[in-house]
Amino acid sequence: MNAPSYNFAYLDEQTKRMIRRAILKAIATPGYQVPFASREMPMPYGWGTGGVQVTAAILGPDDVLKVIDQGSDDTTNAISIRKFFGKTAGVATTTSTAEATVIQTRHRIPEAPLHGGQVLVYQVPIPEPLRFLEPRETETRRMHALGEYGLMHVKLYEDIARFGHIATSYAYPVKVNARYVMDPSPTPKFDNPKMDNCPALQLFGAGREKRIYAIPPHTNVVSLDFEDHPFARYRFDAPCALCGAGDSYLDEIVTDDKGGRMFVCSDTDYCETRQAAGHRGSESAAPHREVAHG
Amino acid sequence: MYVAVKGGERAIENAHRLLAHERRGDRDVPEVSIAQISEQLSLGVDRVMAEGSLYDRELAALAIKQSRGDLIEAIFLVRAFRATLPRFGATEPVDTGEMQVRRRISSTFKDIPGGQILGPTFDYTHRLLDPQLAEGFAPEGPMVGDASGAATPRVTDILGRDGLIEPSPQGRADAIVGDLTREPLDFPAERDLRLQNLARADEGFLLALGYSTQRGYGRNHPFAGEIRFGEVEVEFMAEDAGFAVPLGSITLTECQMVNQFKGSATEAPCFTRGYGLAFGQSERKTMSMALVDRSLRARELGEELIAPAQDEEFVMSHSDNVQATGFVEHLKLPHYVDFQSELGLLRKLRKEFADATAAAPMREAAE
Ligand SMILES: [Zn+2]
Repeated sequence: MNAPSYNFAYLDEQTKRMIRRAILKAIATPGYQVPFASREMPMPYGWGTGGVQVTAAILGPDDVLKVIDQGSDDTTNAISIRKFFGKTAGVATTTSTAEATVIQTRHRIPEAPLHGGQVLVYQVPIPEPLRFLEPRETETRRMHALGEYGLMHVKLYEDIARFGHIATSYAYPVKVNARYVMDPSPTPKFDNPKMDNCPALQLFGAGREKRIYAIPPHTNVVSLDFEDHPFARYRFDAPCALCGAGDSYLDEIVTDDKGGRMFVCSDTDYCETRQAAGHRGSESAAPHREVAHG
Repeated sequence: MYVAVKGGERAIENAHRLLAHERRGDRDVPEVSIAQISEQLSLGVDRVMAEGSLYDRELAALAIKQSRGDLIEAIFLVRAFRATLPRFGATEPVDTGEMQVRRRISSTFKDIPGGQILGPTFDYTHRLLDPQLAEGFAPEGPMVGDASGAATPRVTDILGRDGLIEPSPQGRADAIVGDLTREPLDFPAERDLRLQNLARADEGFLLALGYSTQRGYGRNHPFAGEIRFGEVEVEFMAEDAGFAVPLGSITLTECQMVNQFKGSATEAPCFTRGYGLAFGQSERKTMSMALVDRSLRARELGEELIAPAQDEEFVMSHSDNVQATGFVEHLKLPHYVDFQSELGLLRKLRKEFADATAAAPMREAAE
């Protein structure tokens, strides 16, 4: 039987070079979706194969890797991907946003500001921001080439006409470097402003759809909006019940079947770091008296 | 006090351990061997090789065992392994006309050179559950005769000699064979890539699409010109040696559909082709593939594009069951961050709606 044996970070060097070429092209054309010969990975399509291939291609032995899903290091798929690289690359892993050199994420951007030299790798299910307006790839590629984004504005306007608001709460489209309209991956629109002028390199990998795109450090990223309906972030108006943070994106925890709810940071590292620094919320093990919350 | 959920790592390990336990089933029942799967569930193995795009019975049988008989999961296992293999090049085109035929039928001619050979087939069996098989049953050996040695030319070649069917496009010797597993797919795609996509495509998806053409969604008047199944030689051109080196033989099923004719003022009318080819004995797959291949040639043949089976981008983007199952099943992954965002928006919209409807009667009363 042909017994399998695998290279550092799983992918063979030829494949890594192919992916790195796509990444370089993506960095040179911010927001443009570069086709690449995505490989079949040992985890299912739609479960982070694009992000995993990007991470595998850029990872070096000295890197420190953090993997989050929904902002948390402890969600099952984040654990699974972190274990994959621990096993195939033997790199150091961390849950600390500040200490990581490479952060692979699904659906969130960490709350702690990223710094130069870091790389944020996004897992992307549908890279095409125009896909639900125009299902054909041949058409959407033409629209990007011509910078023909009227359809997107019509869609946002129709939302306003129907609901009084832009009814897109996640995967909210942005314009990168005043050229390409880009899907930020299904992050809540709360995270959109973090992409703008970010000191870290942001790479996006879509495995099933075979696309890589990038936002180089310090690139202008603007959420699409209208003058009379400016872009606004959404955050549930409450402090975190564990660390008292008033500025973080919150998970809603259903505590009973009688309408009981509590809200805690979705970014677990951010929350734990704050708690370690002495911040307390209403549901903490030992709430500080001076940090009172209503 | 609230403690955030932890221990995902342990949960995963325990789930996998439980899976291994369930896979084994009742330990008083003998464990199934790879050889048993390969020999006795051979059509399942064929399907995993075909859609896994890897001709290796042993690995396909292992994948079926590992996946507990879930063939799409088995195909996924084989594909993930295949992706790690280096690609040395492409073999010489196989000559299915020289196939060691185990089965060969044509629905277009009553008799053909080399004869119709039924071979091992479910066709004409009565689908009655056989209690004998439940007991452990030793079947009689097969009837054995002398091989005729007569050639078995392809039916389409016979038609082609009289120009009744369009010729197969001739491959250029120097042309690079497309490979969608190594280059990203671009539309419109050439027929080599379309056929590769269809050969890897989910059998059920192709079956439904092929069926839809028969029911009028892009009808193309097919006849099963020929279906043949057997062994063909595979050769690889060794640059150093300067000649083609035989690598061995593989089992293939080939289906050539003979379809409605085309013609114009300048071109004599002739039948058109739809082509299906797969590893192993895969008749349903190759027949469906041939129907869909012909449908996807609609643009090339100047036909009106009206049906799903004629839509190249639609068919090729949704035919792969490993891609499809991954994306459908990824809905199992947590989405609570986005859901929270949607909840927030919905609550806001509902509040505005409630405020507006509460205010409306008052306005009316005031008027
Ligand atoms: Zn918190």
